[in-house]
Amino acid sequence: MAQEINNPTRAPVLAPGYTYRSVTDKISSIVLRGTPRGWYVGFAISFLLAMLLLFAMTYLLIAGIGVWGVNIPVGWGFAITNFVWWIGIGHAGTLISAILLLLRQPWRTSINRFAEAMTLFAVANAALFPILHLGRPYFAYWLFPYPDVMGVWPQFRSPLIWDLFAITTYGLVSLLFWYMGLVPDLATLRDRATKTPVKMFYGLLAMGWRGSVYHWRRYHKSYFLIAALATPLVVSVHSIVSFDFAVSIVPGWHTTIFPPYFVAGAIFSGFAMVLTLTIPLRAVYHLEDFVTMRHLNVMAKVMLASGLIVAYGYMMEFFTSWYSGNTFEQFMTLNRAFGPYAVLFWLMMLCNVVIPQALWLRRVRANVILLFVISILINVGMWVERLVIVVTSLSRDFLPSSWGMYAPTLWDWAVFIGTFGLFFALLFLFIRLLPMISMAEMRELVQETGAGEAH
Amino acid sequence: MAEFETPEALVKAARRVREEGYRAVDAFAPFEIEELGDVLHARNVGLPLIVLGGGVTGLVTGFALQYWTTVIDYPLDIGGRPLASWPAFVPVSFELTILFASFAALLGMLALNHLPMPYHPVFNVPRFGRASQDRFFLLIEARDRFFRHATTRKLLEELGAYEVSDVEP
Repeated sequence: MAQEINNPTRAPVLAPGYTYRSVTDKISSIVLRGTPRGWYVGFAISFLLAMLLLFAMTYLLIAGIGVWGVNIPVGWGFAITNFVWWIGIGHAGTLISAILLLLRQPWRTSINRFAEAMTLFAVANAALFPILHLGRPYFAYWLFPYPDVMGVWPQFRSPLIWDLFAITTYGLVSLLFWYMGLVPDLATLRDRATKTPVKMFYGLLAMGWRGSVYHWRRYHKSYFLIAALATPLVVSVHSIVSFDFAVSIVPGWHTTIFPPYFVAGAIFSGFAMVLTLTIPLRAVYHLEDFVTMRHLNVMAKVMLASGLIVAYGYMMEFFTSWYSGNTFEQFMTLNRAFGPYAVLFWLMMLCNVVIPQALWLRRVRANVILLFVISILINVGMWVERLVIVVTSLSRDFLPSSWGMYAPTLWDWAVFIGTFGLFFALLFLFIRLLPMISMAEMRELVQETGAGEAH
Repeated sequence: MAEFETPEALVKAARRVREEGYRAVDAFAPFEIEELGDVLHARNVGLPLIVLGGGVTGLVTGFALQYWTTVIDYPLDIGGRPLASWPAFVPVSFELTILFASFAALLGMLALNHLPMPYHPVFNVPRFGRASQDRFFLLIEARDRFFRHATTRKLLEELGAYEVSDVEP
């Protein structure tokens, strides 16, 4: 253990001494044994917050969008900030599962299932906001191309329609990939469950999986193909989200750096959220042998790398606004840094550019508490970044006569905080009902590390 | 059906059984053993084609939908700009390609594997539940032309099986 703390790079991806059986036992017992008391407490708090979301949403739908702080000129406010933030978080899951699978990184195995679940719940939260912020949310279905009595169709040249397709596809493909990964594990749970209703539940979901060698081969082929399809998908989704901004002509939005810089930001915040969630989870469920210091270390490095790309994005924004010679762009940059929202700007720079530099130090990456704190600060920073982009550009665009300030109301906060409730309530249910680490892939890892023999 | 304790023993047994001429053979393991698939000639022809078909269908659907709605069914002339503005149709066509191909990959895998299949005779073997946990099973079906109850059983026992059992239909 001492060695591990000194050098997290050399720590194993799986602590030694595990067999096929003990890996399976340890992961499945979290699901099949009784519920710990802490789970009820955590679930109750999350559920209450989810009810707050329901309440705030209901009030919004009854009273109208006026209960929020949005108005002209700042028509986007919290809703789009939260949307971009949640969908960004949702990028880590598929990135870990798909891209790292194709790159054959062994450290993906024990965190992919959990990260995928996180993705699904984050995307579910994200998808709420574009609908809620419509002036008339009950017409949201007009976005779908269906033959209606008016004879009109959606505007396919608009990034907002692209968004609908990108997010629907992303949500569905992530769900499908997640479920497919679960099938062999559901079979394991079916075979280990002792009570008939539990057996039936997992048995139905497992679809009669019996682990035949012919099935495994097709299964893996299919899994790899979906991973190969999901990889460009991940990149496309946040690129399209950035088009919502970049295709417009608002100063500070109309730049070509947006797609890559948004994708990097998504990975940055996604990994930060994975760390924020994994660190307490591995401590509570004693999973330190599966999610080792190696995992935390590697994730910290990915965070550092993507954070540097984000910092580069900021720099290029400054440079381009100066170099373009465009008065409005130059004013926008100065307004961001020294205008009425300057506090947010400097908070964003502190959280996203300055603090992550600590991750260069191995001692910081080996310190679980510090990593946890840094990951939370990055989450905050990335949320503030989206707020800065949305609000500062809209509040002061071309004509000073059309300028206006934005401030969120209590209902803005209630919806935002409520989405955390929904997110964590779903995560608690997931941890309780499904194996949070892939058992089949862990057994494969046991075989690869050569520990399987020791029965 | 024979139960083995390690993947290596199963691969060895499967190879021997193939050499003896048995063809109606299946093996069950808690994770994929690539060597085993090679030994038992598990082939994989259909699936990539199904996925390709799904992808092409998605691409054509996406593009045709946008082209037909914006150029043919409800053309809007805005400042004389071209109606068939194909670059703007790329994102939706791309997303639908991925969507259809992914569904084809999952459904194709299930269809080729004949899943869902709630009942299968192998589940009648009491210890078979461990095939999804930590044990490795080899099955020789009675319809194989080399199958003789006593000799086949003896062969499996010789191969170091932990337990050999009959599978009731």
